[in-house]
Amino acid sequence: MELYLGLKILWWLLLGVLLLGLAVMVGMDMGVGALLRIIGKTDLERRSMLNAIGPHWDGNQVWFILGGGAIFAAFPLIYATAFSGLYVVMLLLLWSMIMRPLAFEYRSKIPTAQWRNIADWVFLISGALPMIIYGAAMGNMLQGVPFHFDWDLRSYYTGSFISLFNPFAILAGLLSLALAMYMGAAMMVIKTEGALAARARAAGSVAVGVAIVLFAVGGVWVSQMSGYVLTHSVDPALAQTPLTQTVAQVAGGLIANYQAQPILWGVPAVGFFGMIAGFLMLRVHRAGLAWWLGILAWAGVLGATAISLFPFLMPSSTNPSQSLTIWNSISSQTTLLWMTGFTAVFVPLILWYTSWAFYVMRGKVDARKIEQDPHAY
Amino acid sequence: MINNTVVELSRWQFASTALYHFLFVPLTLGLTVFLAALETVYVVTGKPIYREMTQFWGKLLLINFALGVATGLTMEFEFGTNWSFYSGFVGDIFGAPLAIEGLMAFFMESTMIGLMIFGWDRLSRGQHLIVTYMVALGSNLSALWILVANGFMQDPQGAIFNPVTMRMELQSFSALIFSHDAQAKFVHTSIAGYVTAAIFVAGVSAFYLLKKRHLEIAKRSFRMATIFGVLSTIGVITLGDALGFIGAHAQPAKIAAMEAMWETEPAPAPFNLAAWPNQAKQENTWALQIPYLLTPLLTHTLDTKIPGIAEIEADNALRIKNGIPAVEALKLLSANPTDPVAMAQFKAHEKDLGYGFLVARYAPDQDVSKATEADIAQAAKDTIPDVFAIYWVFRIMVAFAFLMLAFFVFGVIYSLRNEVEKHPVFLRFALWMIPVPFLACEMGWITAELGRQPWTVYNLLPTWMSASSHSVSYMVFSLVGFVSLYTVFIVIEMYLMVRAIKQGPDAPHGADAGGHGHDKTLGGSVLSGGYAPVHAKTYLNEQSSKEV
Repeated sequence: MELYLGLKILWWLLLGVLLLGLAVMVGMDMGVGALLRIIGKTDLERRSMLNAIGPHWDGNQVWFILGGGAIFAAFPLIYATAFSGLYVVMLLLLWSMIMRPLAFEYRSKIPTAQWRNIADWVFLISGALPMIIYGAAMGNMLQGVPFHFDWDLRSYYTGSFISLFNPFAILAGLLSLALAMYMGAAMMVIKTEGALAARARAAGSVAVGVAIVLFAVGGVWVSQMSGYVLTHSVDPALAQTPLTQTVAQVAGGLIANYQAQPILWGVPAVGFFGMIAGFLMLRVHRAGLAWWLGILAWAGVLGATAISLFPFLMPSSTNPSQSLTIWNSISSQTTLLWMTGFTAVFVPLILWYTSWAFYVMRGKVDARKIEQDPHAY
Repeated sequence: MINNTVVELSRWQFASTALYHFLFVPLTLGLTVFLAALETVYVVTGKPIYREMTQFWGKLLLINFALGVATGLTMEFEFGTNWSFYSGFVGDIFGAPLAIEGLMAFFMESTMIGLMIFGWDRLSRGQHLIVTYMVALGSNLSALWILVANGFMQDPQGAIFNPVTMRMELQSFSALIFSHDAQAKFVHTSIAGYVTAAIFVAGVSAFYLLKKRHLEIAKRSFRMATIFGVLSTIGVITLGDALGFIGAHAQPAKIAAMEAMWETEPAPAPFNLAAWPNQAKQENTWALQIPYLLTPLLTHTLDTKIPGIAEIEADNALRIKNGIPAVEALKLLSANPTDPVAMAQFKAHEKDLGYGFLVARYAPDQDVSKATEADIAQAAKDTIPDVFAIYWVFRIMVAFAFLMLAFFVFGVIYSLRNEVEKHPVFLRFALWMIPVPFLACEMGWITAELGRQPWTVYNLLPTWMSASSHSVSYMVFSLVGFVSLYTVFIVIEMYLMVRAIKQGPDAPHGADAGGHGHDKTLGGSVLSGGYAPVHAKTYLNEQSSKEV
């Protein structure tokens, strides 16, 4: 295989890895935020939840930043078109995300009940909203987004803000939120004790149950939707723009790849396996295992989406021939080579020191210590 | 069609969110290094007071860090949301340093800061020291990669325009990261952070010295900060000089604006110590000049020519004319990338492509092939940034730098003579100095970025073309959102910062008298590792002061 084509496919896979890291690590913290008011009944319980992820949320959040940065570096045209096209949605995502560090750092530094109540609402919004938007964005990619380009690749988004929250996108958003809440709940079972841990277990079981149903409904829905196929295109191994291809919309296009390669059905199956096995593990008090199975669940959901779209990343519903594919939205070979080098060195390093940080802070959160520690969240 | 109002609003939004972000960055850059130094002293000497100092300044760092991280998220996304043409055009180069910043620096900094705060009783002294070093290293590496990205905008090195993909593409990674502008600016900016932290620590320590609280911590912090400050300020000034030297080659229009030099003067040119630039008339209404000084100051020689604004503008008009055929050829290549005639025309005019883009703003239907001589003249005028603003903002920044240097020198002298407390006026002055480095940093960025206009990427991509094609109402929506959120943030941040400063260092064994029942139970058992209270008597005068 040619080097450039190989790099293009490698970076499509790495994009998946980054989006998975984001979903797992940020999603877990978001899930905790969304669950804060639901399963944390007292201030101390809520503080236990926050301190359980307290030493790690800052590092985890970098998956989100890295996600943005890597899309910018490896798929500049996706970064440009998606972020500007989904402007209002991206701003809502951003604003809810930037309220979270403040809620973390500042919540417990002011002891009034009113202030903490406000902060807890911020956690709910800044946990739930970004995950809904994360899923809804994927949902919109599957359906295609109304945009087109000028001759100089200036992009124009022609849809409305509300149309991004169509029924399928909302379903995808809720699926993403349910998985995040499941991961957050599993971590709370691991890190907390007593009544709080029991409530977390119950909430996690419900969340993953909902996720199973939503993923199944979403799958059936996707099989009925129309998808996109390249009818004329430049050799994928060559550098190109989205201005030199033609694309058609066809019924059942989103399951065409599965029909061509039936082994790919294994990917959504892994997702279902992760969710169902995770549910069972939560029931038999194996929360650690349940958390790891959550990664499989996310991998299955994201992988199934990517396969449905392949080779598209962001189809255009109003001008399909200008759809963005892996081939036409990716960076140059030189950039991809350098980025591959840095990724190969630093991602393993990141995973190593993140694990070390979790190891250092291992064990249950001690509620008594929280009350004594002036640095505690 | 590009809407001027949208471009202007996008510029205001980016400038204000970036300047706001940079209120928090320098303190993080400097305080993390300062903490690493403090903790090193703790580990080497074993004196618990240095651990207490590390924890106290660490607490203030964290309040600041939260907003730095939060507002940094905005920056990571704003290129895509608001500057999408820019992002598509240079993402192949510009995205890489941003992604590498995340991979190499920000991940480490953010993961380690959690351990730095929560790991005191779970890590050995040596391990904790390494964690603190990693935080400092991470924040500074972060600055490196961001400034490599910014350096590319100032002086695009290592990239070439590819007419097939219609964007700039990376040619040489080493040219990109070892760009002189990027390297000098990295050192200048990170040291500016150290200056900021030094002033901050000295100012807060001066507050305690005035209030006669936490004297042991305050005196030691004050001494370390002022020594750190003298060295850093000298570094900042030296590197600022280097940046001027580099800029003279890469961005003559910016340098001419910074010096309000309208006409090319015979070398060695005079230096405008103070002047009142008038852009419409292209002259200084009045100017206080020192003969012969500018040439040696800027070029470190006596005979290098420094082009004046009029000459730069005339040269640029020629480049615009030469660039128009490049844009026309590119339009043909966009539909048919293999058109040999268009490719030949493009290659012939390629070096002035960016200048060709410049005229679109004034041409009928924004079509460069319809541009008249008047449009070209108008576009050439645009290649000169706002002289008055740049001239003065730059000068005030430099004045602040020398003011801080003088302050640190006096601070070191008083501190080494052990007589700081005998100079209450000086200590009060130290409080007033706290905003100065923050303002100086902002002015540095205004000089750099306003001076870069009308380009987002120098000589290649006009700012006017770079923005996303939003509606005005979208822009108003986002601006209102940012202004409201950011206002709430700064109010809460200042409140918590002032409150934490007034409370002072954590009191071992519950001696903290911060005035809140909640805090009275803060115990030494978890954090202090069982050392005796060093200075319980300094917790007496807990009355808050209006000065901070």
